[in-house]
Amino acid sequence: MTPKEPGEFDEVTPGTEDDVTDLMPENVLPVEPGALEPEVVDVRRGMFGVHGSGDTSGYGGIVRPVVMPSGTPKPYGGWFDEVAAAFESALTTAGITSAIEKVVVHRGEITFFIRRGDLLQVAKTLRDDPALRFEFCSGVSGVHYPGDKDRELHAVYHLLSMTHNRRIRLEVTCPDSDPHIPSVVSVYPTNDWHERETYDFFGIIFDGHPALTRIEMPDDWPGHPQRKDYPLGGIPVEYKGATIPPPDTRRSYT
Amino acid sequence: MTQTQSDPYAQSSETTSGKVFTVTGQDWDTVASAVADEGEERIVVNMGPQHPSTHGVLRLILELDGETVTEARCGIGYLHTGIEKNMEFRSWTQGVTFCTRMDYLSPFYNEATYVLGVERLLDIEDDIPEKAQVMRVLLMELNRISSHLVAIATGGMEIGALTVMTVGFRERELVLDLFELITGLRMNHAFIRPGGVSQDLPPGALDEIRDFIALMKKRLPEYAALCNENPIFKARLQGVGHLDLAGCMALGITGPVLRSTGYPWDLRKSQPYSGYEDYDFDVPTWDTADSYGRFRIRLEEMHQSLKIVEQCADRLAGLEGAPVMVADKKIAWPSQLAIGADGMGNSLDHIRHIMGESMEALIHHFKLVTEGFRVPPGQAYVPVESPRGELGAHVVSDGGTRPFRAHFRDPSFTNLQATSVMSEGGMVADVIVAVASLDPVMGGVDR
Repeated sequence: MTPKEPGEFDEVTPGTEDDVTDLMPENVLPVEPGALEPEVVDVRRGMFGVHGSGDTSGYGGIVRPVVMPSGTPKPYGGWFDEVAAAFESALTTAGITSAIEKVVVHRGEITFFIRRGDLLQVAKTLRDDPALRFEFCSGVSGVHYPGDKDRELHAVYHLLSMTHNRRIRLEVTCPDSDPHIPSVVSVYPTNDWHERETYDFFGIIFDGHPALTRIEMPDDWPGHPQRKDYPLGGIPVEYKGATIPPPDTRRSYT
Repeated sequence: MTQTQSDPYAQSSETTSGKVFTVTGQDWDTVASAVADEGEERIVVNMGPQHPSTHGVLRLILELDGETVTEARCGIGYLHTGIEKNMEFRSWTQGVTFCTRMDYLSPFYNEATYVLGVERLLDIEDDIPEKAQVMRVLLMELNRISSHLVAIATGGMEIGALTVMTVGFRERELVLDLFELITGLRMNHAFIRPGGVSQDLPPGALDEIRDFIALMKKRLPEYAALCNENPIFKARLQGVGHLDLAGCMALGITGPVLRSTGYPWDLRKSQPYSGYEDYDFDVPTWDTADSYGRFRIRLEEMHQSLKIVEQCADRLAGLEGAPVMVADKKIAWPSQLAIGADGMGNSLDHIRHIMGESMEALIHHFKLVTEGFRVPPGQAYVPVESPRGELGAHVVSDGGTRPFRAHFRDPSFTNLQATSVMSEGGMVADVIVAVASLDPVMGGVDR
């Protein structure tokens, strides 16, 4: 092969797709940079839960962001890498490469954030792939982060592989304005009641669930009680002449 | 008795088809003849939520064709008390007081799974003193015995074996006496706390535990002698409530029901917590996947639990005076309780320490009691093997002094989903046996 003359090279504009150096293996980013940013889900103001109480201590002015554990770059350590590699290759085989939004390893537990549209396919892959075999689902748990813009509602799944004795967590988010997440009942029938419970308490609508009705609250109950904008309720109690306010309006530390 | 014409909960105008009967007792003839007049074999029976055979407030909606169950559905929620929501408004330590009330037959497991989750978030899992770990295991295994005793007792009562019920509750009382001695309460203990346990063993507790072990070694074989080969017992339980391994996996069933298929899955062995790897015990299994197998597993598990309790007692004998709370003064609940002239309260030694000796200790006491401690943001899920299966708390913190979210994956809730598949196609009398073999506790189901 004869070396090219300077004029023979294709014209390249840096930063465009044509720039082959960006595509070289050592220059491909392991994860999207955004996935490693810490997730700020809220901002905490003041020291005490009740505002406008005439607090003159100065603590009322404290402003602190609420930061959840950020995404973790590879390697994750231990068997996490094995699972992540098997998971990614299984997803590639299934043709859904963009399913994983980010991976968080925290306190010895691994969490995969899954794009909600891909959840059903992902669950199927995790259950059926021989290298993964997450045949047991411990149900779904909802979490409401009112300050996490456009990702207010989180559905958290704990999967267990009895074959390999491993546990992972899947997390799927959806906005308050569009509270839809695909149901995984067709893959894990055990989630029937769990999804009904999460619908009951958070208002997340699991599309494809065979009969998504309330399970704990009465059928005609208004609202979804575990959401953060739903009050705890309670009445003030009088004791020896003093009035004790209900727990959610008492002065508290935040 | 005359047939009641109106039902306050189901006005006849609200049903789409058929006639509504309210059964009030001693009116079988009236109801039976009225049903015969309707000329239809298919009846929908609403069993519960107030029914002695449904383990609390479980509502079973059974569609019957003669005496055969064609469809079975559960109605739950009658015992929902919003424990998870309430926990979001109390400190991390106070959360124990709430969650202990969920599954009221196995309170220590509720406390343990929550506390293990909090400790993982605090990153103090390795700092929990040995004595606290052993005491947790001791209480959990005693609790397994008392819970299985109730399962066997009520299960026996529901098929008419009243002696099983009376002896079951007799022995359970002995366990509750031990709980009262160690924690101060028969139930709702709130004893396992983030960082350890709330108090040291009281004097004389080890002797009481040893007496209990000796007595139970004599009493437990009595159950086997009474039931194992009892023809009526076997006729009622064998082949009833069948659920195989594939069914268990699909429906997420754990505990004795899963082990009755022959699969020895037990979190104490497969994913040990609280130092379970240091104890010598077996995981009993059965291969019939029916109610009788589950009964035999529960019976054998009580023997195994007794074996663990014995090992705990031996270890505790060598741990006298050892700490039962984590050393970190910013997490450990500061005071120990003592009986004074005016009842139970903070020990005088502690009062002297914070009021007269150490300003730092006073600050810690004040901060921990009023504010509590902060838990770093994140989430944790540390399941334990409760008497009914995998019990796990999904604990989420936003870095505050209170749980941001605590969700309990209760095995009773999940296992109850198997009611339909276990009882459809069988006789109506077998529904009771099938549900009893799941051993659901409605306090845990509804939370």
